[in-house]
Amino acid sequence: MEHYLSLAVRAIFVENMALAFFLGMCSFLAVSKSVDTALGLGLAVIVVQAITVPLNNLLHHHLLEQGALAWISPALAGYDLTFLGFLTYIGTIAAAVQIVEMTLDRYAPGLYTTLGIFLPLIAVNCAILGGSLFMVERAYTLAESAVFGFASGLGWALAIVALAAIRERMRYSNVPDGLRGLGITFIITGLMAVGFMAFAGIRL
Amino acid sequence: MLRSLLDRVEPAFRPGGRLARLHPLFEALDTIFYTPGHVTAGPSHVRDGADLKRIMILVVVSLAGTIAMAMYNTGLQAHRAIEAGAAPRDAWQTGAMLWLGLPFASGDWVACSVHGALYFLPVMIVTYAVGGFWEGLFAQVRGHEINEGFAVTGMLIPLTLPAGIPLWQVAAGTTFGVVIGKEIFGGTGMNFLNPALTARAFLFFAYPAEMSGNVWVAAAPAAAGVDAVIGATYLAGAAEQGTAAFSGLSWWEAFVGTVPGSMGETSALACLAGALLLVVTGVGSWRIMAAVTLGTVVTALALNAIGSATNPLFGVPFWWHMVLGGWAFGTAFMATDPVTAAQTDTGRWIFGALVGVFAVLIRVVNPAYPEGMMLAILLMNVFAPTIDYFVVRRNIRRRQVRAAVP
Repeated sequence: MEHYLSLAVRAIFVENMALAFFLGMCSFLAVSKSVDTALGLGLAVIVVQAITVPLNNLLHHHLLEQGALAWISPALAGYDLTFLGFLTYIGTIAAAVQIVEMTLDRYAPGLYTTLGIFLPLIAVNCAILGGSLFMVERAYTLAESAVFGFASGLGWALAIVALAAIRERMRYSNVPDGLRGLGITFIITGLMAVGFMAFAGIRL
Repeated sequence: MLRSLLDRVEPAFRPGGRLARLHPLFEALDTIFYTPGHVTAGPSHVRDGADLKRIMILVVVSLAGTIAMAMYNTGLQAHRAIEAGAAPRDAWQTGAMLWLGLPFASGDWVACSVHGALYFLPVMIVTYAVGGFWEGLFAQVRGHEINEGFAVTGMLIPLTLPAGIPLWQVAAGTTFGVVIGKEIFGGTGMNFLNPALTARAFLFFAYPAEMSGNVWVAAAPAAAGVDAVIGATYLAGAAEQGTAAFSGLSWWEAFVGTVPGSMGETSALACLAGALLLVVTGVGSWRIMAAVTLGTVVTALALNAIGSATNPLFGVPFWWHMVLGGWAFGTAFMATDPVTAAQTDTGRWIFGALVGVFAVLIRVVNPAYPEGMMLAILLMNVFAPTIDYFVVRRNIRRRQVRAAVP
């Protein structure tokens, strides 16, 4: 139990997807103008991440890994399909995003319209693919990857909501013309990362 | 006399006058000496008879005790090291002490203060000169008035730095804090990170050797080739040995502040006096200070109860957390910054409590940084707008329910 808790804390704070690895920057910068939209996208990322990482973990262990096919027949034990990793993970992610999209369209049409193009774009959000690749690289078990998927999504969502709240307050700011919009957002992201460096170095 | 001089030159700075472009400089100088006829008109502050400049000056006054302690303690630490066998440093400060005929004695508080001032004042002067330059430049180019906030920022920066910091690093840190931390957002009231903390964090991450754990004492050791005596702070010591590190130290001594550390941060007593003044005059938020204290006490008690076989810091009780490192200074002067803290009353409680929680957690759990106060406040500055947003939303929803708005 303690092990999973420390894994979650590490994924949320210490190795925050957005502010420590700078993954998923496109939607992080583009969809952070209002807190409501950011919350929606954050939730979508949490859901997609929590589905795809364990799913990819299953695929990795039962189809792709060296010797993973042995459960079909011993003759297939020699195959190593890890070179299909990227293809498979992206396929899973695209499918999961489709499901989330259809669910939102049916049950939360308002959020569906606000997220617009960025919902399908989650499919190519590097934070999502990054989550699956970290899972493979760190050799997480199924339970670990479920915790990691959920927690890393949560960390990303936390970061984008904080950024959106800062940007909403920034409406009162008097930013130099050349920096308006994306320029100042990049700088804010950098300063937020300095704040998150409080956790760098924590070993759990 | 000063008034008539200012009045005489004033037409030149009016629009159309010869020196109209320098008007922000004139305005800043004028309002330092005289209350202006108008009150704050900017969008981010309440209009009130006490304008921003008076408030900022109140904060500087409340820092007076810390500044006095900074000078005294810097000298005291150096003199203690010298009495313990170290030689005075080969630096102009030592020459000035000899020229003044002051002894390197830890019992002589005048000598201690003068020696400390010789280290503190250059840092302060560099901060004000460099920061003032950027403030003036931005004010000129962007056509706003010079921000009063820098009077406080420029005082906070040197107080959070160790005495031995090279002056070029002070200049670099101040530049980063003022320009990136504040001016590009439009100046005082529009930034989201405390500029003084931004400067401190920049130096902390860019030049970790000078800024963390070990503290520089202004005396040269007997061995040749080493520039200065390095003494571990008690926080760094506690990471190794736990409460045993405090054996040679009374709690009272740490409270008064005669221990090694960053210049202005050692004296919890001076910070407490400043905090009282801030609370009485209504400049600092008592809610934040109370909440930070509460968060620290609860977290420290919880960690004491959990305990750890490998990490002696788990056992440090909360009354030690409060007098060591930058806790008191951060609580009194950094966390209460009205611009970067949460701005709703409920938000202030949450903000402060989380600062306390994270400060203790970072100190205890993160082996990379022995001091967590600064980083905790910086982290919560990032989340302050989020806290405010949800507090405001909750209030709106509650009132909608009360008014039964469909």
